[in-house]
Amino acid sequence: MTDETFRLALVNAGTGDPSSTALLGSRFAESLAAIASARGKAIAVSTVNLRELASDITTAITSQLTSPNLAKATDTLRQADGIVAAAPVYKAGPSGLFTSFFHVLDNDLLIGKPVVLAATAGTARHALVTDTEMRSMFAYLRTLIAPTSLFAAPEDWGDTALSMRIDRAARELMLLMESGFARRVKDESWGSYQHEFGSAGGTEIGIDLETDLMRLAAGGPAR
Amino acid sequence: MQFGIFSVSDITRDPVADRTPSEAERIDGIVQIANKAEEVGLDVFAIGEHHNPPFFSSAPTTLLAHIAATTKRLVLTTATTLITTNDPVRIAEEYAMLQHLSKGRMDLMIGRGNTAPVYPWFGQDIRQGLPLALEGYNLLHRLWREDVIDWEGKFRTPLQGFTSIPRPLDDVPPFVWHGSIRSPEIAEQAAFYGNGFFANNIFWPKEHYQRLIAFYRKRFAHYGHGTPEQAIVGLGGQAYIAKNSQDAKREFRPYFNEAPVYGNGPSLEDFTDMTPLTVGSPQEVIDKTLTFRESFGDYQRQLFLVDHAGLPLKTVLDQLELLGGEVVPVLRREIAARQAPGTPEAPTHASLVKAKYGDQPPRQPRPNANRGDNVTGGSPYQDTDPRLQANLPPMFPATAQEEK
Repeated sequence: MTDETFRLALVNAGTGDPSSTALLGSRFAESLAAIASARGKAIAVSTVNLRELASDITTAITSQLTSPNLAKATDTLRQADGIVAAAPVYKAGPSGLFTSFFHVLDNDLLIGKPVVLAATAGTARHALVTDTEMRSMFAYLRTLIAPTSLFAAPEDWGDTALSMRIDRAARELMLLMESGFARRVKDESWGSYQHEFGSAGGTEIGIDLETDLMRLAAGGPAR
Repeated sequence: MQFGIFSVSDITRDPVADRTPSEAERIDGIVQIANKAEEVGLDVFAIGEHHNPPFFSSAPTTLLAHIAATTKRLVLTTATTLITTNDPVRIAEEYAMLQHLSKGRMDLMIGRGNTAPVYPWFGQDIRQGLPLALEGYNLLHRLWREDVIDWEGKFRTPLQGFTSIPRPLDDVPPFVWHGSIRSPEIAEQAAFYGNGFFANNIFWPKEHYQRLIAFYRKRFAHYGHGTPEQAIVGLGGQAYIAKNSQDAKREFRPYFNEAPVYGNGPSLEDFTDMTPLTVGSPQEVIDKTLTFRESFGDYQRQLFLVDHAGLPLKTVLDQLELLGGEVVPVLRREIAARQAPGTPEAPTHASLVKAKYGDQPPRQPRPNANRGDNVTGGSPYQDTDPRLQANLPPMFPATAQEEK
């Protein structure tokens, strides 16, 4: 038994209070904490409420300016061992606030991170949004997406099947976090992904001097 | 330490007067702005380069040559000259001419340019922007230092036996700054050649510029040009000044709110918190500007953006009175008191002549005679090293045979 603590970042794009999206995220976090506890481990949850970052996100999109609060949210995700990303469904897709937040993050911020996708909607007809809309963006970000996604329409809140799925997804995330996959990718294969100077939330500051472009910068021939 | 202004040459609707100036008005205005900059005691005037509306500055050397003729002291430069879509040969020729006409009162800042369609308009590809910029400067550097060059690269037709005319004034090339906001390769090139590095310092968080400038300083020392602290750094910044803070905010807010790039985005308060923009009293501008050297180390050139976002000419001229009259004199005094001993000044033509020749007279190249075919053969100047043989392209059979 260890008392290892895993950091969960809960990204909540719900805007209401109470919010069914926030509720789905926190139900997930509770389930994950229970599973961790039974294994002698602990979960530290950091919540990123996108409502509070709404104008910071649009500023980043229109003016390429990262506010201190947005930088803090970026740090939270960068330091997380696992992420649950929860969005309300608007017009057959995750909300623009949710997708915009991930659009302004560095492409290499979340490489290999285990993520559980979660969505809520007013009707069960949106049930595949997590898998058909959200999964592709997280694939682009090179995250490790848990097999089980979570979706809750109003009627699901009265059905124990939702709790079962939450527990299942939480266990998947637990196992993925325990595998240390993201850390090992970073240790063994980080250089094989595309990076920019200052990317990965400002941590990518290594500069390879042995590239063709660097040789050209120092007066060498173009290749 | 040099202080000056840089203009991107935007022609923007004045949101208060609801009026867009004509190109003619803005071009007349920029000449008045440059002359005012000299009158109020500033050191440097820089103009950008664009090739599409709503900008006017497509021909910076023409503008700068005119300003050189109407000023006495001002150093004229660019922010930036596009090293990607201009032929480096044309840059070498045009800026050497400007250097002669301004009697050395100029330098040059090169950058890549971020307007995607400009590249195809000039037959280039923005995806090759970085190697284009690097190769282009490598060529420009040689054109100004070698009487005759043979050159072959990836992006331009090869040069054989080529001499860029006129040779730089006193055979001392203009000082070059490399402007970059994100590429360590550009910082590396500036460091390799011992050139200046300019960070526009307007949008991104300062940590980003700190990383780039620190890298440039380290590599400048690595290539043997001096200590990291002796590297030549320039910074941008922007300010709107009024006698008191409330007036400054009230007057500038409508321009800020509709400014290209950051308008309709962050609030004026957030933007001034997050970026080098100051909107306030002279003392507030002084205080904020003094933090720059704490963030980036002692530096050589500070340029302010003052004539953008539709501000009317009269307002810009008033801004220059405040900048030159109340802000810069205090900054000069305060920075001189705080600066580390041994911090170099930005190179000028006089300092570069002195460094090259000491007390000896500078070289003044005089061409050899026209052979009759409009070229001078293998030896372009009377004092060209006779061992140097131009490898002219075999346009003329006689030339090709001579080489054998």
